[in-house]
Amino acid sequence: MKKIEAIIKPFKLDEVREAVEAIGIHGMTVTEVKGFGRQRGQTELYRGSEYQIEFLPKIKIEIVTTETKYRKIVDTILDTASTDSVGDGKIFIFDVADALRIRTGESGEAAIE
Amino acid sequence: MNIKHKKFGRLFFILGAVLLAAPLVAQDTTTAAAVQTNADYIWTMTAAFLVFFMQAGFAMVETGFTRAKNTVNIIMKNLMDMSIGAIFYWAMGFALMFGVSRTGWFGTTGFFLSDFGGAGDHWTLAFWMFQVVFAATAATIVSGAMAERTKFVSYLIYSAVISAVIYPVFGSWAWGGLFNGGGWLENLGFIDFAGSTVVHSVGGWAALVGAITLGPRIGKYVKGQARAIPGHNIALGALGVFILWFGWYGFNAGSTTAANTDIALISVNTTLAAAAGALGAMLVAWFRFKKPDATLTLNGVLAGLVGITAGCANVHPGSAIIIGLLSGALVVASIVFVDQVLKIDDPVGAISVHGVGGAWGTLAAGLFNAGGTSLKIIGVQLLGIASAFLWVVITTTILFQVIKHTIGLRVTPEEERDGLDVGEHGLEAYPDFQLIQE
Repeated sequence: MKKIEAIIKPFKLDEVREAVEAIGIHGMTVTEVKGFGRQRGQTELYRGSEYQIEFLPKIKIEIVTTETKYRKIVDTILDTASTDSVGDGKIFIFDVADALRIRTGESGEAAIE
Repeated sequence: MNIKHKKFGRLFFILGAVLLAAPLVAQDTTTAAAVQTNADYIWTMTAAFLVFFMQAGFAMVETGFTRAKNTVNIIMKNLMDMSIGAIFYWAMGFALMFGVSRTGWFGTTGFFLSDFGGAGDHWTLAFWMFQVVFAATAATIVSGAMAERTKFVSYLIYSAVISAVIYPVFGSWAWGGLFNGGGWLENLGFIDFAGSTVVHSVGGWAALVGAITLGPRIGKYVKGQARAIPGHNIALGALGVFILWFGWYGFNAGSTTAANTDIALISVNTTLAAAAGALGAMLVAWFRFKKPDATLTLNGVLAGLVGITAGCANVHPGSAIIIGLLSGALVVASIVFVDQVLKIDDPVGAISVHGVGGAWGTLAAGLFNAGGTSLKIIGVQLLGIASAFLWVVITTTILFQVIKHTIGLRVTPEEERDGLDVGEHGLEAYPDFQLIQE
């Protein structure tokens, strides 16, 4: 099993969700996060004083999936979350040791299908 | 018989009565006077209620322009300076301001509203009602300049003293003659129709001393550079400014304390000065900072209103626009100067809007006086501006220093970082929101 962790621009969330749902993924976890990368922050102005927003708001999507499906999901996110500009985000892929469905106690791929 | 016929019937009856019975004319004059008296009460009370609503305006401006972690504290300060101020103004302030004054420096009669007695003149009550909301306005101006770092109990003590002594004594110099008193400043011909100096400069200079005595908020000045500490809700701040603008029609037009036709000119002047204040501030901010800064433009509205307050009844509408434009331009320059050069931390701009704006408005009332101006008029206006500055700076310096060296004026650095809401009041304003605190 693999876990895909994608940091994307917030306004891209709906598009990404629809695209991965279209290829048969029926679950994800979404978190509002802040961070910086090459985009750095942005400068704002308040009452004549400039100030730096050091951390920009992003959305973190987490999807746990099977070895056979994860590549397609990653490609879908790459396609839909991109604006070809700095600050589009990153995708990280992890190996997952196990998964359990709390309601039934099922484990392994049965818990995430 | 339908209503129209009834009306005609009554009209003919009145005409007949007037023509046939001459003695009734005297009675009609009496009736007209009674109607005028009632109209005066209704207008003055309505205006007092509008001015009262300005408390909500101040509360929203100050809340919006400061951080979320100090919201409960700002609200409590605005609520309590009105509440404590009203009681102290009843007990003491009104007497010092409007009681019989032998010296011209303060009144000495009418404590605890004793002028009214059991069945006295109801005008005493109406006049007190109109004046108490003005006293509360002067008191609440200071709250914003001292926001986010002042001990709550210390602010309560300040509220009592300004409403009981500091505001009323200066008020008696300029306005005592409106009731039983008579002040030295008004006897010289000082023009301050609705209180650019009496209310706004008094509040503004107290704000100046308060902010200096406290020192800046933690993180406001880093290596000598002014840092922005953005307010948490510009929508609330803007709502506050609209409420203040609305309430200001009571503040200025109500200061006739009479239902007469003057209120038309005063309302027009008030509107034009506020609009021009917004325009002036926006243009200066746009030119200087490359953006039409919202909070500075909102301050510009208030500066225009403060600027026209002294002269609203005695300048032409064209002059009101000039006064407002200059008020707006001046307030942006003053806010930046206070913030970046003097390095006095005034989160909402109260010193510039009310102190500086009030002084400018008082001078403008002399410069643009529709009845003509003269060096003598300007001299008296300047004397009024200077005497307000001296009186307030001296008395509030004593007050804040005494508080500072007894119970303390400022919260601990730990409490300031965590927010005064939890530290002073044990409550968060937005418990269901996750807030990133600095």
